Amino acid sequence: MTWLTITIAGIITYFTRMTMVALVDRDLLGERVKEVLAYVPSAVFPAIIFPGIFINDYGAFIEMNDPKIFGAIVAILVGYFSRNVIATILSGLSSYWIIIFLL
Amino acid sequence: MLTKKQLFSKGFLAVAPHMFSVIPFGIICGAIGIELGFDPVLVYAMSIIIFGGASQIVFLQLLSGGASALIAVTSVGVINSRHLLYGAVLSEYLEKLSFIKKLLISYIVVDQGFAESNKFFMKNKTEQHLHYHLIGSGVTLWIFWQLSTLAGIVLGSFVPEELGLKFAIPLTFIAIVVQDLKKIDHVIVMITCGLSSLLFFDAPFKSYIIISPIIALFVAALVLRLKK
Repeated sequence: MTWLTITIAGIITYFTRMTMVALVDRDLLGERVKEVLAYVPSAVFPAIIFPGIFINDYGAFIEMNDPKIFGAIVAILVGYFSRNVIATILSGLSSYWIIIFLL
Repeated sequence: MLTKKQLFSKGFLAVAPHMFSVIPFGIICGAIGIELGFDPVLVYAMSIIIFGGASQIVFLQLLSGGASALIAVTSVGVINSRHLLYGAVLSEYLEKLSFIKKLLISYIVVDQGFAESNKFFMKNKTEQHLHYHLIGSGVTLWIFWQLSTLAGIVLGSFVPEELGLKFAIPLTFIAIVVQDLKKIDHVIVMITCGLSSLLFFDAPFKSYIIISPIIALFVAALVLRLKK
């Protein structure tokens, strides 16, 4: 039963990936829509970023002095100026660790 | 003109730094499945059949919490519906591929691969075999996802929870969008999405993950209209 459920979930997930690439003719999308699509990364990823920072494992809002907020600010600054993905991730993680382990 | 091989390695190199978040997340994902009492083969098979980090965890948590199969499947569909947006963006660059190649390449489209390959595509529209970049990024992410979930299944959560490595996930996506903070229109769209995701966080089936992008894209359309 669980196997069947996983298979169905897998097929649905595959369709979310494949539909727009293989089934929908791009000419069906108007010029306006194509222009708006340029914003997809900026319109999608904050929905992963914000809850990942501001909401804890139990689904509650964190305090404003939570170390994750500090880590995120450091990561944004380092990322903005360094343009380096590894530096962004590691600076965010290490500043978060410094607060939770050392302070 | 870059060769197919060069494009593939560029795709690999573009997503390689994201392994700092993909590997710990994969380990957590595999370990959670075992902790919740699922058959290891089944937990691993999800990494091949579904191949979508967050949705795999939610799926197992729902089933182990006694939710119906229908609710679990619906949640996976809703969480992964954002791929429709990725596909719509990528279709411009994949248009010339044969139907079979489109079917195959679709399987490896995931968040970080889409983000990094799309950045490359925007800057190199005239390259001939662009899709090899997407294959390079997608295959890399696929292999590391398989290995890290397997590691989590076999070794358990050997990464101490106190390290809070889940925090690497928002950081990885900060690294992806941070350069767009230079553009005010993108900042408006990002803030709209982020605030909406907090506002709708408790909406059923984790639907905040697709509701907030839709709201943000409407705002993007408004911003575009104002710019003209």
